[in-house]
Amino acid sequence: MKFSRGLKDGFPIALGYVSVAFAYAVQTVNQGFPPWFPILISATNFTGTGQFAGTNLIAVGANLAVLIATMLVINIRYTLMSFALAQKLQSPFPLWKRAIIAFGVTDENFAVAIRQPQRLSFPYLLGLMCCSFCGWLGGTALGAGVSSILAQTLTSDSGKAFYEMLMSAFGIALYAMFVAIVVPPSRDDRTILFLVVLSVAASCIFYFVPALNSLPAGLEIIICSVVCTAIIAYFFPHDDAKTPTDVDSAPSDAQRGAL
Amino acid sequence: MNVPVVEMLVGCLIMFAVTYLTKAVTLLFGKKTISNRYVRSFLYYLPYSVLAVMVFPAIVFSTSDLYAGIAGTVVALLLSYFRKGLIPVSLASIATVFAVELLFYFL
Repeated sequence: MKFSRGLKDGFPIALGYVSVAFAYAVQTVNQGFPPWFPILISATNFTGTGQFAGTNLIAVGANLAVLIATMLVINIRYTLMSFALAQKLQSPFPLWKRAIIAFGVTDENFAVAIRQPQRLSFPYLLGLMCCSFCGWLGGTALGAGVSSILAQTLTSDSGKAFYEMLMSAFGIALYAMFVAIVVPPSRDDRTILFLVVLSVAASCIFYFVPALNSLPAGLEIIICSVVCTAIIAYFFPHDDAKTPTDVDSAPSDAQRGAL
Repeated sequence: MNVPVVEMLVGCLIMFAVTYLTKAVTLLFGKKTISNRYVRSFLYYLPYSVLAVMVFPAIVFSTSDLYAGIAGTVVALLLSYFRKGLIPVSLASIATVFAVELLFYFL
């Protein structure tokens, strides 16, 4: 399993990442962050949902404990994926190489790596992750660049109005992508549909009930998701959850993008 | 928004630390498998719930105009029901919001 093979397998992932990262960067700059900020976050985090939630929390000046807890809840699935990957590594696989590979664990990289019939080599994983990471970082830089250039060029009155409408319209981009991730599996699996409906209901309660929406920003994500998922997992345990690789099997790889 | 640079950097550091730890801990030290059926189910379902909570109802208010947001949400829901994929759904949703905003701008 060579480096070049990894690069090749990572290419379709990179293409998907460009658009998601682009939307993330545009939204972050539009929130008022300097263009270097989304680039720094993408360079250090390499996770879609986590970056989106974390950036929103920083924007509203959320409590740091809430930030830590939110990131933990959103990213805890990686712990299971890394575990599955660890069983599939060539041996010996020294600790420092594992430490590098760990950074590149994402839903899509995991999905591709775990499907390989043979044990995973360091060069292969490095190629796969480097390629998709380039897409992620490149998409972020592109988004940050384009939105700040547009802000500087459209300076006339109507230009400004146009820019604001464009950026406002872009505000829905990531949300729409997340809808596209959640809806198809909800169509196929009634338990997931039930979980999604329950979660949305809980989220709306937290959003619209005055006493609850004064809670620290971000806390509602943790409370709603943990409680709803616990209820569903208790009453409808997922029967195929026998091997760690199944974490990935629910959303199809092509649709998944930046979970 | 007016966030001091220090807070941005601290926030970024925390995001990095937590994200990296969740990715690395079992890859570096994992020995045993998680066999508990409920824990496994919990971890399997959690991403769907997190996404659902983050998206709704915030998506409706994600643009500068409530009606544009609702229109964009409906388009996103419809197209993803027919499995149109991430990018088409997103582009159609953006276009819808933009069209509604333009309409209100010229009215």
